[in-house]
Amino acid sequence: MQLPLGVEVPIPTFEQFVFIQVALLTAIAGLAVVTSRNLFHSALALTLTFFGVAGIYVFLEAEFLAVSQILVYVGAIAMLIAFAIMLTRSMMYGRTSPLNNQWGKASLFAVFFFAALLAFARATPWPAAGEEVVADEALIAALGREFVTTYVIAFEVLGLLLLLALVGAVMLARDR
Amino acid sequence: MQVTQWSEALSSWLMGLGLPGWAAIFLVYAVGSFILINYGMLSVLLLIWITRKAISRIQDRIGPNRVGKFGLLQTVADAAKLLSKEDITPYEADKIAYNLSPVLAVTGVLMLLAVIPFAPGLTGVDLNVAALYIVGLGSIGIMAALMAGWGSNNKYALLAGFRVVAQLLSYEIPLVLAILTVVLLTGSMRFGHIVELQSLHIFGFNLGLGWLGIVMPGALIVFFVSSLAEAELTPFDLLEAESELIAGFHIEYSGMKFAMFFLAQFLNAWILAAVAVTLFLGGWQGPGVGLPVIGPILGLGYFMLKTFGVYVLQQWIRGTFPRIRIDQMMYFAWKVLVPLMIGLIVAQAIIQKLPTPVAIQYVLIFIANVGVMAVVTYILQKYFREEQMRTKRSFEPTSLIGGMQVSEKGTMY
Repeated sequence: MQLPLGVEVPIPTFEQFVFIQVALLTAIAGLAVVTSRNLFHSALALTLTFFGVAGIYVFLEAEFLAVSQILVYVGAIAMLIAFAIMLTRSMMYGRTSPLNNQWGKASLFAVFFFAALLAFARATPWPAAGEEVVADEALIAALGREFVTTYVIAFEVLGLLLLLALVGAVMLARDR
Repeated sequence: MQVTQWSEALSSWLMGLGLPGWAAIFLVYAVGSFILINYGMLSVLLLIWITRKAISRIQDRIGPNRVGKFGLLQTVADAAKLLSKEDITPYEADKIAYNLSPVLAVTGVLMLLAVIPFAPGLTGVDLNVAALYIVGLGSIGIMAALMAGWGSNNKYALLAGFRVVAQLLSYEIPLVLAILTVVLLTGSMRFGHIVELQSLHIFGFNLGLGWLGIVMPGALIVFFVSSLAEAELTPFDLLEAESELIAGFHIEYSGMKFAMFFLAQFLNAWILAAVAVTLFLGGWQGPGVGLPVIGPILGLGYFMLKTFGVYVLQQWIRGTFPRIRIDQMMYFAWKVLVPLMIGLIVAQAIIQKLPTPVAIQYVLIFIANVGVMAVVTYILQKYFREEQMRTKRSFEPTSLIGGMQVSEKGTMY
């Protein structure tokens, strides 16, 4: 589209249009996590952010990752956070300030972190677009095979970690 | 046999009319989701009627029979009444969580409809991770319950929210493990593929009776029991306990917001029945679905027949079983169903690696299922017998006197 001043404005394709919506939702929800005055609302906004990230995975044609994201992050982690907030009584009804005495250092760190991420993103030689990806079901099978061959140690260690957490939880909760 | 999806057929037809590709796909999916959502909403009217009629018959009553033929329009009248009720917001409620929660509850359930294969080629979207999608979206319902409990500014609602979350999270695990057995056997999480594999070809004619539930009855039973808990039905219906537990997390809701929780609950029960049919009872498979024109219509008929059959079975259980306590419920999930399913999966994984023909593997899986179920039934039977003895002993006269407190003067209270 040509504007009168000769500025070229790219018309987004349909996919880009939807992507912009999802990305905006994710970003705004992420902002709401840190600016919300109510801790429970922060947790809800965090859940929405997880959904947005799942949406971005869908755009990358990684449906398995997207659904796992919802299953793990929304189903387990968001729930854990919500429980933790609800069971701490002082936080349940009071209004908390998003700022504390560390906000200066934290924002400085955030700026540096963002700069580092940006530098990495620009330095990484991304594979050219349009490359043939493995078909959907074979992709999941390949992922599973990687878990039990290349990354078997990491996979087993994670399993052990979860087992330890489970045993620890039982130890804490049992009758004495 | 690769079934053409309705969406592909319709969008290619629209593109043939000269529509750009993205517009055709958008239009097709918009129409599809419109139909699915409206089907979901309207089918609840029928589901509630079926429930009321079935339970009435079990309890030797007639049930609704005044509004419309056989009382079919009773639910419409109830919905109209609910619409006219005052919408109450509790004092100092968390407005966002309180108002968002019923919407989320319904949305989370309606989104499940998208992957249900109704007939050959008639799926909202034939997702390659459909089995995982069903489980993942269950977490939206859990989140909604938690938000409702918290947002109501009522400690009983909050406690009920915790209770519901504990129940749903616990029973999600045997449910996922039961789905996993099917995924392990078929090697696919795509519902369309899973249903297609459940055909049974004899002399080139699709008999459609190769149901996985026949091969693994143990997994089917575990799935059914966990789906009862996931749908909050008897014997796991701690939500229904109005007199003891003030009906749980939606105590503070009135009017249409209450109706939305109600709708979500009924539709969830139906969808879990549909998933059980898809995974274990052949989906739309049945005699004659391979026929050219009449096949898809027959398939839709079989699917609906089976799903409503399972739904009626759920309501039958609802009408006959007593409600169990929360500690018994948790005990059953973690100490009975989960070990049972893990045993089944290990057995199945080993059997599938044996160097034998597929038919023999199926027979072995069936034997393993029956064996594991028998062992669990035996252990449970022993446990219940001991429990019964213990209960009986504590009510015997001698122990009753011995257990009573005796005052200093020697007279018994």
